[in-house]
Amino acid sequence: MAVLLDENARVIVQGITGREGSFHTRLMLEYGTKIVAGVTPGKGGMTVHGVPVYDTMAEAVAEHPEANTSIIFVPARFAPDAVYEAVDAGIKLVVVITEHIPVHETLKFVNYARQKGTTIIGPNCPGIISPGKAKVGIMPGHVFKPGNIGIVSRSGTLTYEIGYALSKKGYGQSTVIGIGGDPVIGLSFTEALRLFQEDPETEAVVLVGEIGGDMEERAAEMIKRGEFTKPVVAFIAGRTAPPGKRMGHAGAIIMMGTGTYEGKVKALTEAGVKVAKTPFEIPSLVEEVLKK
Amino acid sequence: MKLFEYEAKEILRRYGVEVPKSVLVRKGEDPIEKMKQAGLEPPVVVKAQVLVAGRGKAGGVKMARTWEDVKKIVDELFEKPIKGIKPKLLLIEEAIPHETELYVGIVIDRSERKPVVLASRYGGMDIEEIAREKPESIVRVHVDPFLGMKGYQARLIGKKIGLQGKVLSRFASFLTALYEVFDKYDAELAESNPLAVVGDKVIPLDARLIVDDNALYRHPELAGERLEESGEYTEWEIKARKLGLAFVELDGDIGIIGNGAGLTMTTMDLVYEYGGKPANFLDIGGGASAELVKTAVSFLIEFPKTKKIFMNIFGGITRCDEVAKGIVKALEELGQLPKPLVVRLAGTNEEEGREILRKAGIEAFVDPIEAVKRLMEI
Repeated sequence: MAVLLDENARVIVQGITGREGSFHTRLMLEYGTKIVAGVTPGKGGMTVHGVPVYDTMAEAVAEHPEANTSIIFVPARFAPDAVYEAVDAGIKLVVVITEHIPVHETLKFVNYARQKGTTIIGPNCPGIISPGKAKVGIMPGHVFKPGNIGIVSRSGTLTYEIGYALSKKGYGQSTVIGIGGDPVIGLSFTEALRLFQEDPETEAVVLVGEIGGDMEERAAEMIKRGEFTKPVVAFIAGRTAPPGKRMGHAGAIIMMGTGTYEGKVKALTEAGVKVAKTPFEIPSLVEEVLKK
Repeated sequence: MKLFEYEAKEILRRYGVEVPKSVLVRKGEDPIEKMKQAGLEPPVVVKAQVLVAGRGKAGGVKMARTWEDVKKIVDELFEKPIKGIKPKLLLIEEAIPHETELYVGIVIDRSERKPVVLASRYGGMDIEEIAREKPESIVRVHVDPFLGMKGYQARLIGKKIGLQGKVLSRFASFLTALYEVFDKYDAELAESNPLAVVGDKVIPLDARLIVDDNALYRHPELAGERLEESGEYTEWEIKARKLGLAFVELDGDIGIIGNGAGLTMTTMDLVYEYGGKPANFLDIGGGASAELVKTAVSFLIEFPKTKKIFMNIFGGITRCDEVAKGIVKALEELGQLPKPLVVRLAGTNEEEGREILRKAGIEAFVDPIEAVKRLMEI
């Protein structure tokens, strides 16, 4: 099983001829991901690591109708266009690696994708991996091992760190989702938890949050309401970080005290979640919750 | 990027909003002459153009009732630091008598993934307290990012905060314009507090606009450094920004470099856990080049607060060999390391990275806990 991504993924890489696009295409292929096509406007007809390149998503999908997933390495100015192109080509899972996309653009394409039934992961994210099945992202594949722990994380590098720590202790992962670090993102903690709830392969979930925003608090509320029933272990980065920039009165009013390290830990603890002090405590907490 | 009040008001004026008549005064200019040219006379309000929050409470806004007052207050405000920042510009505005002060702000609701309009009939300096104590007095309405603010939504919000008649229509026009500015300027925040009710008109006595840094390339007219004026950054933070580094100054003495905000913050947390105090947060981001790594390492060596430096890298899009090359480049330029450096490398191309460092005589740890223990021993 796994969530969102398994061995049936057929992937198109948007921005395949760029430095990062081409480098990570090679790594994804080496991992075993089935990449059926790449798209870079003006570069149609080329091949990159044996993958055929098209000028448009429409052509790529016409030639490879089995494509169901795309990953975007397109620079920020052109990335929103690439998202619309993927959604309109009927792609059901779009992973947006690109960072620095204006938030107003993200608001629009996230709402558009929703209406069309496409799931967006990111932007500004490391992507998604179902170990042993497929990797659609930029994470180092070797740190993750197949297993029964789901990971959902706002941080990129920290996810690798935690996956690595879990794998070393023998806790493999069903699916690892890096949902991205931007203020507005396509897939939230609560939406990811809903997917993990339905996945029989996932026995427990590790939730990796950060200070700022209220996604962790919302996940805690969901767990409290009994809508997520599997054990959860969490880590929140930023315990010793100074508070972030102020967003006028409106920012303070809309957040109403959420967003701090203490607030998030309190909300999660009250929902019965074990919160680790360092990422390296996570494996032993996972062991603890699985024994119960 | 935060805009100054006068800039936000100028933008609103261009979008059809009536704003108070005003002049902008620089240090050394004659405020009286400028006021006369603009047809302004006392009473006026003199306002320090600073970007820090809580300006009014910090004494940055003063009423001048006579010409003598104007001169005195202008001189005083130029010399008065507001939360550490002396203003370079003052805005002199006609004083507008009014009875009611409204609040209206537009911000992005991350969870709903939509802009949200917040409005209240109890505007003024205490709006946040009011929001805490009487949350029901704040009206919240979400806006479809594709449709934008519709007239009926604006009227509904006006109605809910108790407006009627002509004021209601005028408020709706104001709010529609404010939303247009929020949208066109890629704003993270567009706010007016207070928005005064004057007869049957509404006039923004203050205005705030924060533009998304990621969208600045679409607004070249807003170009211009305002790092110094914002009061949000220290001297070294400004230097770092100019070098393109994501750097935050802290109180301790251990320099921190990480890749990714989450890992960098966790590295700080880890240093605390083992009894150290971070001097900074420095995130080299994803896919850092050797050049950027060199800049970051050299910067932290120069940064006087650091006694030693801890570099924690877990490569994904960042390649450990690039990071190692950057460290070696910094070393070559400096000749030798004037401050101890502990490196932890893992992830993409970690073997290549470790090999490059080994040749340069630097040991790179795999385990971050071992690395932080070594760091604390030095």
